[in-house]
Amino acid sequence: MWYFIFRRTAGFVATLFVVSAVVFSVMNILPGDPALTILGLDATDDALAALREQLGLNQPVLARYVSWVWNALQGDFGISHSFRVPVSELIAERLPMTVSLAVAGMIFTLVIALSLGIGAAARHRKVGDWGVMFISQIGIAVPAFWLSMLLVLLFAVKLRWLPPGGFAGWSDPVAAMRSLVLPTIALGVVQSAVLARVTRSSALEVMRQDFVRTARASGLSRRRVLWRHVLPNALVPIVTIVGMQFAALVTGTIVIENVFYLPGLGRLIFQSISNRDLPTVQALVMLFAAIVVTANFVVDLLYVVIDPRLKART
Amino acid sequence: MSEFSRIFAATTVALGMGLSPLAAAADQIIIGLQQEPTTLDPTADATASIDGMMTMNVFEALTIVAENGEVQPNLATGWKISDDGLTYTFQLAQDVTFHDGTTFDADDVVFSFNRAMAEDSVNPSKSIFKPIESVTAIDPHTVEIKLSRKDAFFLFNMGQGDSAIVASESVDTNNTNPVGTGPFKFDSWTRGDRLTLVKNPDYRDAAGVALDKVEFRFISDPSAATAAMMAEELDAFPGFPAPELLVQFEADPRFRVNIGSTEGEVILAMNNSKPPFDNIEVRRAVATAVNRDEIIEGAMYGQAVPIGSFYPPHGTAYVDLTDAYPHDTAKAKQMFTDAGVEGTTMTLRVPPFPYATRSAEIIQSELAAAGIDAKVENVEWGFWIDEIYKKKNYDMTIIAHTSPNDMGNFARGPDYFYGYDDATFNDLWGQIETETDPAKRDALLQEGQRFLTDQSVHVFLFQLPLLGVFKTSVEGYWSSAPVLYMPLKGVTNAG
Repeated sequence: MWYFIFRRTAGFVATLFVVSAVVFSVMNILPGDPALTILGLDATDDALAALREQLGLNQPVLARYVSWVWNALQGDFGISHSFRVPVSELIAERLPMTVSLAVAGMIFTLVIALSLGIGAAARHRKVGDWGVMFISQIGIAVPAFWLSMLLVLLFAVKLRWLPPGGFAGWSDPVAAMRSLVLPTIALGVVQSAVLARVTRSSALEVMRQDFVRTARASGLSRRRVLWRHVLPNALVPIVTIVGMQFAALVTGTIVIENVFYLPGLGRLIFQSISNRDLPTVQALVMLFAAIVVTANFVVDLLYVVIDPRLKART
Repeated sequence: MSEFSRIFAATTVALGMGLSPLAAAADQIIIGLQQEPTTLDPTADATASIDGMMTMNVFEALTIVAENGEVQPNLATGWKISDDGLTYTFQLAQDVTFHDGTTFDADDVVFSFNRAMAEDSVNPSKSIFKPIESVTAIDPHTVEIKLSRKDAFFLFNMGQGDSAIVASESVDTNNTNPVGTGPFKFDSWTRGDRLTLVKNPDYRDAAGVALDKVEFRFISDPSAATAAMMAEELDAFPGFPAPELLVQFEADPRFRVNIGSTEGEVILAMNNSKPPFDNIEVRRAVATAVNRDEIIEGAMYGQAVPIGSFYPPHGTAYVDLTDAYPHDTAKAKQMFTDAGVEGTTMTLRVPPFPYATRSAEIIQSELAAAGIDAKVENVEWGFWIDEIYKKKNYDMTIIAHTSPNDMGNFARGPDYFYGYDDATFNDLWGQIETETDPAKRDALLQEGQRFLTDQSVHVFLFQLPLLGVFKTSVEGYWSSAPVLYMPLKGVTNAG
């Protein structure tokens, strides 16, 4: 087990290192000029030169990368070129938004998908099953940005129940939760449709097994059998998908944050790439990579918890 | 399941309960902006929304440009110009304080100008300070500025965000905490979401400021902007991004739509430095192949004024040259054949702005009809800046030049991305920028317009419109923008 954790941690560090090198070279190869982006098309050559000096763009690429790695190891991710404040400050002020959205999207997905998936499996080949399959098919097909617009038109423009976008922070929790409802639904619908189908088929697989029949025969209620025996045994494929979905949710916030004009990391990375704000892009890509790698790591650990038989193999 | 549904129902009720968007009080306004700023100092970053929010609201300059383009006194209450036109003596407003309580005087003016002119200055319009030789404080309320040559646009340029007066005490933090002398004080900023200003009670004309609080919200997506207006989350969207979505506001009695003009000339730029566009006949053929009315109808939903040269139709020196090369596909085709370029392929590299990408598709089909295969490449802004603007690696592109008095672009020499260099025009521009008599200057500007059209340096397409959507309660907004700022001092929201 400890060897497993050590191996994964080494992999984690190596992944981040490779990601940092790739991002740094890509951002330097990409055509663009941060100084010209900031000062605009009327800028004079000497003002551009002065700004490049200020931003440290005059040093060779390799020297900049080495000093970036050195500082990053000490927890200093540099100063954003376009915002002119420490990147860590930018991330710290936007992280709560994106984490709130991703976590809310995950909870929404789990609640909807597990209920619908197990429910459909229990009503296999009946109306409820067909209904869930039909709805989830639509859920998979609908693009998130289009669903967002429909939700806004109905709940914000027509009914005026919820705000059409924006997020003012958690200082007013009721307003914050109201702001998150529509983005959460828009973010979670596709994922829950996928997960509901996986849950259903995984549950059906388990239900065909002997121990389920034995449990029923021993007098347990249908419901108890479903939630206590079928679901836990169906979890391995579900957890695999959930792990992948968490990564998709985090990256999915990029689109959702644009449609609902939420001040999160997704919008920040979008803006920083077009501004050629290398320090910010670098830190954000590292963060997203770290989240994805961590999610996979947690999934691997969960396998062992769910199915102790797997321990021997790790 | 029932447990879930109960919690779910309870949450839904809690969230749905009331608190519909805070009804804006009469002395407040919530304004939508498409472009999000990254810093708040107009003297160090060219982002247009910084000027849009900060200039003349938080920061002030010696002069101010009115809606009709006229230069008026501001922090300078008056000025004297020496007979040779080289020395300007400004009288400064008295009893003015910066928002942090420090006093405004001549030293702040000297400091601001020296900072903008310094060797390590990162002022985005540093060239407007080039004619300045020295800036001297005569007494605390008098400043003398000496020029090395006459400058026709000097007083106009002194009324821009680039020449805002800042204080040495606060200049280093203006990026995130702007401190000026204007009618509004900076209050708070949630990057990416909103920015709030409050009325400056110590403003020298505080009685003339109606709004107590101004909130800007940053919404880049046009459909999200529409929804936010429709849901009445916003009171005004002065620079509305999508002409195609205006119809629904025009039909709605809650809103007023304004279609004004800006200083942005949209051009189909041709790379004059290399074949085939180093040949004037090819450039004229492109001008003949292009149909402005079709482009304005298709790309701007009819909401733009065509231009035939590089000067805004609302300017005092405007001459209508839109008929210089009447649209004639057959003639254009013949011209391309005569020049030996019929059937060749050219690139049309377009930056990611709706006016540009939509115009490109129409121009592509118009050129195809005249026998030219234009390959449209939609490129991202960073790419455009580097490949097209810096390296001139393009045949044609579409771009709006949004600065006022920018005919001098054509005198920026062969290294500028136009690749255009003409001694006659350089000389003419030299006369224009030093002619301080308005009537004579207008005559020269007309000569300039005719010259550029005759040379067919680019195809001049249309003037970028200023599209605004306002709740009917909002009054006092400028309907056209001769500069990049829009003062909120005279704006009211009686709703």
